[in-house]
Amino acid sequence: MLWFIVLSVVLITSVTVAVTIGPATITAPDVWGSIVHHLGLGANPLSPLRDSIVWELRLPRVLTAGAVGAGLAISGVVMQAITRNPLADPYLLGLSSGASLGAVAVLLLGSALLLPVAAFLGAALALALTLLLAGMFGRITPSRTVLAGIAVSALAAAITSLIIFWTVTGDSYREILGWLLGSLAGARWPEAGIACSAILVAGIPIMFSGRTLDAFAFGDTSAATLGVNVQRTRWIMLTVTALLTGAMVSVSGSIGFVGLVLPHAVRLIVGPRHRLLLPLSALVGASFLIWADTAARTFFDPRELPVGIVTAIIGAPVFAVLLARRVRS
Amino acid sequence: MTGELSTGLGLDRVLVKVDGTIIIDGITCAIPQNTVTALIGPNGAGKSTLLHTLAAALPLAEGRLWFNGSDLLAMPRRTRARMLALVEQDSSTELPLTVADVVALGRIPHQGAFGDISLADREIVGHALLAAGMQDFANRAITGLSGGERQRVLLARALAQEPRLLLLDEPTNHLDVSAQLTTLNLLRTLAESGVTVLAALHDLTLAAQYADHVIVLNHGSVVAAGPTAATLTAELIGTVYQVHADVIPHPRTGRGIIAFSPRE
Repeated sequence: MLWFIVLSVVLITSVTVAVTIGPATITAPDVWGSIVHHLGLGANPLSPLRDSIVWELRLPRVLTAGAVGAGLAISGVVMQAITRNPLADPYLLGLSSGASLGAVAVLLLGSALLLPVAAFLGAALALALTLLLAGMFGRITPSRTVLAGIAVSALAAAITSLIIFWTVTGDSYREILGWLLGSLAGARWPEAGIACSAILVAGIPIMFSGRTLDAFAFGDTSAATLGVNVQRTRWIMLTVTALLTGAMVSVSGSIGFVGLVLPHAVRLIVGPRHRLLLPLSALVGASFLIWADTAARTFFDPRELPVGIVTAIIGAPVFAVLLARRVRS
Repeated sequence: MTGELSTGLGLDRVLVKVDGTIIIDGITCAIPQNTVTALIGPNGAGKSTLLHTLAAALPLAEGRLWFNGSDLLAMPRRTRARMLALVEQDSSTELPLTVADVVALGRIPHQGAFGDISLADREIVGHALLAAGMQDFANRAITGLSGGERQRVLLARALAQEPRLLLLDEPTNHLDVSAQLTTLNLLRTLAESGVTVLAALHDLTLAAQYADHVIVLNHGSVVAAGPTAATLTAELIGTVYQVHADVIPHPRTGRGIIAFSPRE
């Protein structure tokens, strides 16, 4: 409970401070003044220009970053529990690439599907393909699953590149590449809406499944003898992670390692019980991505880095450490 | 003998297939209430498969399972999980859960879907740890324990489920001699306090010392079943295990010790 309060305060502070950071000088009271005003609860302390920087540009972007970070962290926790694989993460198992492919297909080929729906279908298909491939040669082991995920990722990325290669011309190439690497540069209110809705619809309900996820600690048989409907739970959980990943990729491109690294970090602090792990990972994931995105848009100002590069620079070494620990044990 | 009118665990023409192959071939037998029954048989006889089927962790192709008058497979999962516990062989996790956390998993079927561990749950967890002799390990990480210690933690987890029917797959594997005797004595105590215990055992002498009844499985069929001393004869063991066997009396208990020698 203490951790929950501390990390909630950290998140609210992160949102506030991240909005103040940038070329135009904005103070924390300005941020809240603008929010209060737009909620219809008071006069606006800011000039229209500065208000639009807060309300139209920075705040929706920060909120999107928070929701995406929370969603990816939740997906990582759930996937690690259900597949009993400490290396599971939406990025490593190919969901993000599948979602990107779905999204790019809709963006560039102009399919009739909605962007988040296409991303969800891409993520679900990629996940199904990864698990099928991992199970084709016998028992599904963590390393086999990751290898299968790499294969599926490579395939999805190749098809994505093909689509881009045939359809994109000029400057839009750079734009779409930035998005593929994971970027929140284009996040406005519609994107914040999609990401926050995904958290509300798929993320919050998952918070109540902590004990069910705990039951999987010793595997499927053990979960079944503790009264869990193993097959149904697995399908629901994996569908929810595909839904979360699809929604997040449709607004931010594929941001790697958040789902892998943050659950491990939070586990080190509060232990592996999911009742705590789920909400705390979501809170830490949100704060983490807000700061990663703030770094991405300010370090090389006026140029922006795709935030996926920042998370990969932090996440890849951690992944290497986890892999080394597995080999040793 | 079997059916809804009997007490204890009843198997009625139980047939189990794994990947299309028949592993358990239409077994009908009874495990008397509040006894320790040993399930014995050579490797591949179907002991683990049968235990997993009884725990509803493997699907039944044909047949019925009765426990104290209720159809085990017809009841809701959670109801069954409050009545029946399975201690698997070599079950492990990579999560650094504490021993107390692992034992608390046994309370899941007793908790609401959103519920957390209550004070009463903690007390039951404490009793289970004490019964399994693992009370000093409560705050240790399960990942740092030896195979034998882990086995006893999983037994404690099963006890925390407060089962009326306890199934164990090789519960004495990995255990040193003293821990083997402690575990089997615990099973005897449980049976006396109203738990029906069915344990797959490799060690025939241990089965002869501690079990009230034995069920001998070979090639997916019951080849013998009944009170231990009358069933576990030298002839039967010789036939089933393809060895030469002698049953000699234990100098302290008078129960059987089984000595083996290769067949000519």
